[in-house]
Amino acid sequence: MQQHSTIRESGSDKAFTIVNYVILSIVLLIILYPLIYVVSASFSSSYAVLSGKVWLWPVEPSLDGYKAVFKNKNILTGFQNTVFYTIAGTLINVIMTILAAYPLSRRDFNGRNVFMLIFVFTMMFSGGLIPTYFVVKELHMIDTVWAMLIPTALSVWNVIIMRTYFQTTIPHELLEASQMDGCNDFRFLRSIVLPLSGPILAVIALFYAVGHWNQYFNAMIYLKDPELYPLQLILRDILVQNEVKIDMLGDVKTAAARQGLRELLKYSLIVVSSVPLLIVYPFVQKFFVKGVMIGSIKG
Amino acid sequence: MPLLYIIVFKYAPMLGNIIAFKQYSITKGMFGSPWAGFTHFERFFNSHEFWRLLTNTLSISFYTLLASFPFPILLALGLNYVKNERFKKTVQMVTYAPYFISLVVVVGLLFQFLDPRTGIVNHILGWFGVDPINFMGEASMYQTIYVGSYVWQNVGFACIIYLAALAGIDPSLHEAAVMDGANKVQRMRHIDIPGIMPIAVILLILNTGQMMETGFEKILLMQNSLNLRTSEVIDTYVYKVGLVSQAMNFSYATAIGLFKAAIGFVLLIVVNQTAKKVGQESLW
Repeated sequence: MQQHSTIRESGSDKAFTIVNYVILSIVLLIILYPLIYVVSASFSSSYAVLSGKVWLWPVEPSLDGYKAVFKNKNILTGFQNTVFYTIAGTLINVIMTILAAYPLSRRDFNGRNVFMLIFVFTMMFSGGLIPTYFVVKELHMIDTVWAMLIPTALSVWNVIIMRTYFQTTIPHELLEASQMDGCNDFRFLRSIVLPLSGPILAVIALFYAVGHWNQYFNAMIYLKDPELYPLQLILRDILVQNEVKIDMLGDVKTAAARQGLRELLKYSLIVVSSVPLLIVYPFVQKFFVKGVMIGSIKG
Repeated sequence: MPLLYIIVFKYAPMLGNIIAFKQYSITKGMFGSPWAGFTHFERFFNSHEFWRLLTNTLSISFYTLLASFPFPILLALGLNYVKNERFKKTVQMVTYAPYFISLVVVVGLLFQFLDPRTGIVNHILGWFGVDPINFMGEASMYQTIYVGSYVWQNVGFACIIYLAALAGIDPSLHEAAVMDGANKVQRMRHIDIPGIMPIAVILLILNTGQMMETGFEKILLMQNSLNLRTSEVIDTYVYKVGLVSQAMNFSYATAIGLFKAAIGFVLLIVVNQTAKKVGQESLW
């Protein structure tokens, strides 16, 4: 047996390592199990789900739940709306954030601290639900797509993260050099700052996108037209309020079968609505640490 | 443009708070409505809802704060000593995942798992001869379910920051400690924990400052008439009074919201001052 230089595991360290692995494995299971269960349940038959036969793997595999989900017009409209809100909303968010963060990161920006204070103060004291609702109403945004895009156009927290990133990674000399060469501020931002900020842009965009994808509350208070409803609002009706309309279940006759399909539909719906984000996130995951860390350096 | 946004959507509502001091009516508008002074505030303080709302808000917040603080730290400390990269990556990947699941789905999952007839939790309890429990209908369990699912959803994501802090600790400290014969538990206590303390304190301050911002959207989703006794918080009450109830009372709801925002603001300043005095980090 060869011994690894000075690091030799003593008895207590070995015990520590084992305990550590065991605890972490338990944590892993606690977090993973509900997710596996949902996926398995969604692929099982309605009878198996109702009678509690599903434990780990799908029982009596079937796609009935998914068929019911994709046959439903409300869900499909909701899905399309959500995709639109997420893409358009995130685009607006990212542009707004850059426009706010870049000037605030420039040391030669007069009154920078005043503007910063104006931004930060809103994090500490907010206008409240009712007055905000009135503003949206006065702008005639109620029941339009704008209500989903504009009130959430900017998050001050993300502005601070991005500002800090600009300040710490873009050397001041670069700006001086390009100004010498007659480069204006917009061009500098576009051709030098942004190409150097790939990771932070990815993280910020993901944060915003997650927010939009999972947004239900604004939709609930600002939207009345079901044609505009995002997926989450439809999910809420089905999962939380338990409002599954009979026509969603198709031509199922007996009450018991209907009850089974209703539960099955819920599981399938959960999978369908959560999968898109879970697919995207591993690609952005490696940037996380960086993004989260920068935000914490100085709030 | 961002400045315009901030002014319209953040400062205009602040100004809009003046309707808290008025008797708002839609026909007369914000400026035409008669002044009402502090009557809305008085009405709220004297109402029988007041103490229940305040205690619920504070207890849910404190509970969440206390429960969500240690777990990410423990998870990060544990992960930090895992040598097997593959295992470490898997744990990280899986623990982050729930963060991306929407509140609606998380609450939906709770309903599914805790359902008295079809839920898996009651199936398991059934083996031990326990009668099905209607978890979501038990007012006494509401806050625990809320906090438990909160930790489930956020522990992984919250631990990222601690992992990064741990990675920033000077490795020579560990080498020196190993030379002196320190075991892993000792190293954890004397090197790792002091190393992440500053960040832990900052996060604790931040979270305390946000304490009045209860997870309003989730609380609302989990509410039903059976658990209302422990689940009604200031935010949900404002929502109901202002936007849902038949006799919409905008001024009253705004007054309550303003009261909450004021407490939150004071809290943030007090916590920050305390942290400064103790000599630890502060936000500004």
